[in-house]
Amino acid sequence: MLKRALGGSQRYWSWMFFLLALVGTGLACYIRQLDRGLAITGMSRDVSWGLYIGQFTFLVGVAASAVMVVLPYYVHHVKEFGGITIFGEFLAVAAVLMSLLFVIVDLGKPMRLLNLLLYPTPGSIMFWDMIVLTGYLLLNIVIGWNVLESEREAVPPPKWVKPLIYLSVPWAVSIHTVTAFLYAGLPGRPYWLTAIMAARFLASAFAAGPALLILLGLIIRRSSNFAPGGDVIQKLARIVAYAMIISVFFVGLEFFTAFYSQVPGHMQSLEYLFAGLDGHRNLVPFMWISAVLAVTALVLLINPATRENERTLQIACAAVFISLWLEKGLGLVVGGFIPSAVERVTDYAPTVPELLIALGIWAAGGLLLTILYKIAVSVKEEEPGMVELAQKRREVV
Amino acid sequence: MKISRRSFLKMGGTFALGFTALPGLKAFAASGLLKASPDPKALAGKKWAMAINMKVCREKGPEGCKECVVACHQVHNVPDIGNPKEEVKWIWKEPFANAFPGQEHEYLEETVKGQPFLVLCNHCDNPPCVRVCPTQATFKRKDGIVVMDDHRCIGCRFCMAACPFGARSFNFRDPRPYIPKLNREFPTREKGVVEKCNFCVERLAAGLSPACVEACRHGALVFGDLEDPNAGIRDVLSSRFTIRRKPELGTRPKVYYVV
Repeated sequence: MLKRALGGSQRYWSWMFFLLALVGTGLACYIRQLDRGLAITGMSRDVSWGLYIGQFTFLVGVAASAVMVVLPYYVHHVKEFGGITIFGEFLAVAAVLMSLLFVIVDLGKPMRLLNLLLYPTPGSIMFWDMIVLTGYLLLNIVIGWNVLESEREAVPPPKWVKPLIYLSVPWAVSIHTVTAFLYAGLPGRPYWLTAIMAARFLASAFAAGPALLILLGLIIRRSSNFAPGGDVIQKLARIVAYAMIISVFFVGLEFFTAFYSQVPGHMQSLEYLFAGLDGHRNLVPFMWISAVLAVTALVLLINPATRENERTLQIACAAVFISLWLEKGLGLVVGGFIPSAVERVTDYAPTVPELLIALGIWAAGGLLLTILYKIAVSVKEEEPGMVELAQKRREVV
Repeated sequence: MKISRRSFLKMGGTFALGFTALPGLKAFAASGLLKASPDPKALAGKKWAMAINMKVCREKGPEGCKECVVACHQVHNVPDIGNPKEEVKWIWKEPFANAFPGQEHEYLEETVKGQPFLVLCNHCDNPPCVRVCPTQATFKRKDGIVVMDDHRCIGCRFCMAACPFGARSFNFRDPRPYIPKLNREFPTREKGVVEKCNFCVERLAAGLSPACVEACRHGALVFGDLEDPNAGIRDVLSSRFTIRRKPELGTRPKVYYVV
């Protein structure tokens, strides 16, 4: 099946080389980081995690969101999801891979990574995160590949895949729960010390992931002879709408607890993020962009007319994705470190090499995703009547 | 997979060699030749702790006295990078309000308000840094001291997120060029690992008290075993009112302050 990724239009190849160039740039910066140390990043003694760990956290959510297509299709037998499930699973594969890469580039001593296996420590949440993430990666590769292969042969998938699919449902929830526990179990970081952290993570993941999947589905429809139907897009849009409402609601809960209780530790991080603290207001514009985008997305998603119109739906999905990326990929991690343990505010801003390394990892994920989607699309295109159907669906829009 | 006779013999040979070497190694271990024996002068304790008498520090020490800090950083090859963002520090001074958040109020007596307080790793009895470390590179010894294995640390900095006292520093760059005066008796660190105060385990093992305690000529720092009823530290704790940093977090710090 792999050879299906080797034939493509000129646009396909220029996209691939563009991504490769970004990966190369990121790699060059990473080699510099290996040489100079993490001093080339914007992180500091006080803000000791930054963009890398933020991206890691956000991408674990994107990965977990595959469950939002797997669950309706395999458990509830909603057949509209059939066409798109494989894309959700492959998105999970690329997202987990990126999140693992983000952890690796964040390590001070990446060459000692295998110490995680050499000295397994069940008391550490990071140990469990490693286990659930690699497990989830394997599950999605095995499931996605086998389902696609049997689709190509026009036979039902092998029987042993079914239990793995069912297992992948709670497993998806586990990856984001364990990732939330990395934060939610630390004393002295009141912004993270919240029992709804895992719930918040899942809600924002189930909004951002399917939003991305809708955008990817529309790109696939435009650029190939396989067209995900408007009905499945609409079903996903409803999932995004509900998840985004819950996600914003959860953030509201955090605000209430912090500001009604008036406990300084619980208010300070939120104050820093949305208003500035001790004259430091680095992240304030980003957090307000996130908030405005969230409200815009909610208006577009709740109103049936704008949700059902694919043009406005695209805007809503992009708004959801960017809003949550800012909230989780940036604000959540940095905000937890401010103020520091000794009540000081140290600003954080990623440096250029740090941004290029992050971009390189996103490009590596994009590269893998393109290859996997190319293979999946080429299998789908071979289904009888698909070309005509795709043409019809494109015309409708 | 098919195994040829040739590869079977090769694998078998390797295993056999391994098993024959094992008893030899065991014999070595049993003979005690490979075991490290502690220095007979070594100070032994069950629960090492420190009491810092800030009253003595303020009243007896000269203005801006940093002798304990200098001694510690010199002995432990702590680099002076000169950039607060990458600062490495084992023991340092923080204003009262920063060392004890929420404890300062505007009517507080002038002898305490805004005054610098010595801070260092609290060697918590219930250390969150140890709990989160994925490789046991940081661990609590039997005598209660929380130490780092510089060679095992993968530099994930989970411990820095977990420590509520800001006691941990990360080597963002190679620290060696920034060590003012190299002490060849103590290891330097590499870039990419976390470090912190080790309650001078290397000095205790040689029968010496911690460098900061020794450096303070006014006796503001008292180091001792909490489990020893005759230890000086027990005397301080039972005769003076002492406080600890952020006790509400349940980490049970073992550095006590006489305000």
